[in-house]
Amino acid sequence: MKLDDDDFALFDLPRSFAQDRASIDQRWKALQSEVHPDRFAAEGAVSQRLAMQWAVRVNEAHRRLRDPLARAAYLCELLGAPINAENNTAMPASFLMEQMEWREALDEATGVAEVEALDDEVLQREHALQQHIGVLLDEQNDAAAASAEVRALMFITRFREDINRRLEQLES
Amino acid sequence: MALLQISEPGQSPDPHQRRFAVGIDLGTTHSLVAAMRNGVAECLPDAAGRVILPSAVRYLGEGRRQIGQEALEQQAQDPENTIVSVKRFMGRALRDIAERKQLPYHFEDSEGMLGLHTRDGLKSPVEVSAEILATLRFRAEDTFNDDLFGAVITVPAYFDDAQRQATKDAAKLAGLNVLRLINEPTAAAIAYGLDNASEGLYAVYDLGGGTFDISLLRLSRGVFEVVATGGDSALGGDDFDRALADWALAQAGRSISSAHDKRAVLVAARAAKEALSNQSNVWLRSPLDEGDLAVELTREQFEVLAKPLVDRTLSAVKRVLRDAKLKVGDVQGTVMVGGSTRMPCVQSAVGDLFGQTPLTNLNPDEVVALGAAIQANQLAGNAANGDILLLDVIPLSLGLETMGGLVERIIERNATIPVAKAQDFTTFKDGQTAMALHVVQGERELVADCRSLARFELRGIPPMVAGAARIRVTFQVDADGLLSVFAKETVSGVEAKIVVKPSYGLSDDQIATMLRDSFATAETDMKARALRESQVEAERMRLATRSALEADGDLLAPDELEAIEALLTALSQVEAGEDNAAIDTAVEALAKGTEAFAAERMNRGIRQALTGRNVEQI
Repeated sequence: MKLDDDDFALFDLPRSFAQDRASIDQRWKALQSEVHPDRFAAEGAVSQRLAMQWAVRVNEAHRRLRDPLARAAYLCELLGAPINAENNTAMPASFLMEQMEWREALDEATGVAEVEALDDEVLQREHALQQHIGVLLDEQNDAAAASAEVRALMFITRFREDINRRLEQLES
Repeated sequence: MALLQISEPGQSPDPHQRRFAVGIDLGTTHSLVAAMRNGVAECLPDAAGRVILPSAVRYLGEGRRQIGQEALEQQAQDPENTIVSVKRFMGRALRDIAERKQLPYHFEDSEGMLGLHTRDGLKSPVEVSAEILATLRFRAEDTFNDDLFGAVITVPAYFDDAQRQATKDAAKLAGLNVLRLINEPTAAAIAYGLDNASEGLYAVYDLGGGTFDISLLRLSRGVFEVVATGGDSALGGDDFDRALADWALAQAGRSISSAHDKRAVLVAARAAKEALSNQSNVWLRSPLDEGDLAVELTREQFEVLAKPLVDRTLSAVKRVLRDAKLKVGDVQGTVMVGGSTRMPCVQSAVGDLFGQTPLTNLNPDEVVALGAAIQANQLAGNAANGDILLLDVIPLSLGLETMGGLVERIIERNATIPVAKAQDFTTFKDGQTAMALHVVQGERELVADCRSLARFELRGIPPMVAGAARIRVTFQVDADGLLSVFAKETVSGVEAKIVVKPSYGLSDDQIATMLRDSFATAETDMKARALRESQVEAERMRLATRSALEADGDLLAPDELEAIEALLTALSQVEAGEDNAAIDTAVEALAKGTEAFAAERMNRGIRQALTGRNVEQI
């Protein structure tokens, strides 16, 4: 077990997209029970510093593993197909059309019910994409294809954040 | 890695080695100190048997002061020199204090934190808070007739970096060794969770004198995981008092201007508010310079005044649930903390929102200090096997100013601490050799709407074309929730680093000066104390290394073992002497020399943790 082990090795989990959230959280707590700076509060600066490094690393891995988007992107990178979102913005026309239609629907929505209906639709797309990414990574070993789907998932996740902001405005 | 764990698992350290640690709730209205006695957390009383110390400091002149109840009793007579609710000023500039015009103080608007003019001169909120902390420290030391090993100090979960840093500075100024700053709702959850053996998702609703926090925690087998937190660090019982005072003055068609009247009417409003928790109507009476004020009011009238404030807390609760992607139905129980939750309208509003009666079986005034004491005892290394673990979060996002006054978020709110994150930036002009970094905290998109924490510059970047330099900025938040920022140009290796405290905190030099002048340490011989501290540290380090070697010495090659033995011998040779610096050097050498061993032990600990879980799962 080393600080620079990958997230899956650190958490002793199989290197796959499919994961059980409960076991991720369980590993996280088991690891933090060992390394958290509170365990060394009465000790010297050296132990504190080491513990801090480890606790930061364990939290970083936990944040990445528990979030399907971050996990998929990380896995693609480990498998040699990094996402490179900044330099790789080309998306299929049909996908962009759908995005535009959704954005228009959000702009035109007037009430909470309408926005929530849109959110449901987008959520279903999000789940379908996640499932497809799982198949590409875990069954077909096609990281390059998965990487393209992760980019699409990033668009959708960002859009859902906008939806949530809108809901927050409508509810307050 | 238990490199320095002195006792075997399951055993408490020898009572002679027990380190005496306390939990302190430094509150807006009142403060408490608690400690573990015979395995139970208890709030410590003063000589008169009172556990609550009103957070009030009155400056009498010539360095004399009254602290607590005595100060509080004089506040209407001597309002300018009697500082109450100082917590609302911690880490704040004058423009941050919305209610400044209603307060009787003579403020000094300095760059960074505001100051208060008293007859004893200008006082910073940090100094005033340090008086309160020192009073509690003396109370604890008198109770146990021993020096304190350290203290856990609680802060509102929604405190930003400047407010946390100010609190830590105040503790240092009071001569306290801060084991950890922990969040008030989390402390309450420890006391509550351990008392009730709770498991599952809990909401802690903490409405104090000046601050409001809402935290969602998941409790499981001694792990207290904060899922999300939110609140308002300028909303509390004081605001209810002010709303009531304004209403009463308007009812009577009166206006007031003197410091005495301002304070007197607030005192009367607070008394009326408290009485209404048990009665359905009261008279608000206050002696004022131009004739007494007397207004009758009912609980219903008060609740109309209180509603906008209560609604603000409920919006914060809903936002936290949304952040956590949870629904009210997921919450198993609601814990009420803080004196202001005694108001019936608060209890019923929270009960209605969650669809269940809030839990109030622990004293809402004491529960935070009790939780802090339990954590302090554990951090001091006294609770060998009573392991609890806090996994807390950062309440507000941290970011940098980018082009056009926009905020680039580096660390998102509700990230579990400790946390570090890096982001790359670049230069935007050809030949640019310096880069200004402006660190901000908050959720808004515009820098102007966020709190400015610090500004610093990375200089000496070699001239390159625009966009060629790669400046990696790393934000690191430690287990106290305090931020440090590092910047490095990765092509040339030029570095800059800042512990974020300049605009609102005190510099270490300022603290050192204050400490020298402070009564908190005046009675102690600083030199003797320093020597003793070094000796204790040396003994601790030596014993710990011995026990580490016993447990995991097999990890070392013979020459590595020999090197550590030599360092141990060197330490024992100077340990009993009077040379403070020599002891520190030897301790430092031993610490450095065992660093690799400590890392190895930590790795072994992690492997064991994972194996342990695997076995359990099979």
